[in-house]
Amino acid sequence: MSEASAAGRDGCGAPAGGVSASAATDGQAVVEGRVSRGGAPVATGYARLLGTGDEFVAEVPLGDDGGFRFFAAPGSWTLRVLAPGGLRAERSVEADYGRVTKVNVAL
Amino acid sequence: MSRSDVLVDADWVEAHIGEPGVVIVEVDEDTSAYDKGHIPTAIKLDWKKDLQDPVRRDFVDKTGFEALLSERGISDDDTVVLYGGNNNWFAAYAYWYFRLYGHDKVLLLDGGRKKWELDSRELSTDVPRRPRTSYAAREQDASLRALRDEVIGAIGKRNLVDVRSPDEFTGRLLAPAHLPQEQAQRAGHIPTARNVPWSKAANEDGTFRSDDELRALYEGEAGLDFAKDTIAYCRIGERSAHTWFVLHELLGLPNVKNYDGSWTEYGSLVGVPIELGEAR
Repeated sequence: MSEASAAGRDGCGAPAGGVSASAATDGQAVVEGRVSRGGAPVATGYARLLGTGDEFVAEVPLGDDGGFRFFAAPGSWTLRVLAPGGLRAERSVEADYGRVTKVNVAL
Repeated sequence: MSRSDVLVDADWVEAHIGEPGVVIVEVDEDTSAYDKGHIPTAIKLDWKKDLQDPVRRDFVDKTGFEALLSERGISDDDTVVLYGGNNNWFAAYAYWYFRLYGHDKVLLLDGGRKKWELDSRELSTDVPRRPRTSYAAREQDASLRALRDEVIGAIGKRNLVDVRSPDEFTGRLLAPAHLPQEQAQRAGHIPTARNVPWSKAANEDGTFRSDDELRALYEGEAGLDFAKDTIAYCRIGERSAHTWFVLHELLGLPNVKNYDGSWTEYGSLVGVPIELGEAR
């Protein structure tokens, strides 16, 4: 991950796997997890966070470990995963300040 | 200007890999993805290190752009094909920037890196070496870039398109939801701006929606007056470069500017008006 992305201040880009937890501060509404297939991490793919009515909120490429992380607002969200070969999955998630919501997805 | 003059699909790029006079360039803020694998023969541009001034908040000047492209082996008459991650945000920014400095033969790969990856197309780790050139840029085209005073003067007069997410627009979040939220500047949006998130212009695989869908989105749904001049902004100017590309290059609207200072500048200015909540 680049310094700029880790700091998360200057740029807007989404580093693979999402910004590292060490860059986060307490009180954030974090949604994070890992994507796997047959027990192995899915390192090429995308996690999308969607609001009501499929409204796009954010997207990160999956990390080498299949990981993703979002800093959401409190509330209900849909997590959608896309991977090569037309693979996709969807989960409903709840986020709240000061909580890390873990969502692991097996494709 | 039509879609086929500015946008190419992955099949076109695959067919032109290695063709003399065609330079494929991956542009991103975090270039580690390029290092792990990129479109064969592609070189990389780092949005921050290569395209931004290291001291002032501005992008590199004409001399800096000439030095950069000469060092990367890009000639004035090369066809430059840009693509990147983040649904082509930074590639669209680079496209806008090539246009600002007068490079005519520039194309964007529809869907960028995401579509290429989801299609399981070939990625390479070979880093090509291109011989040095003597690139000559033109003077910056001021008709494509909005600065802060022009933006303030445009309130209530021109179309202002805020392309951030609805939560950033209303003031609920200060940054996209993949980033921490503890910035110091004020939240909200420029008064009279319409909120048309950049993502509404893109399909799930990162490709642009059709011209008809895009017209319906901006003119119909968002109520932009296409007879008026338009300024697009976001947080740092890359997502709005994506929307600038849609309005100016795909839909062919004549007077569209990107405000690259965007919310990180506007939201920190003293004394300027800010609106919170939904568009009024």
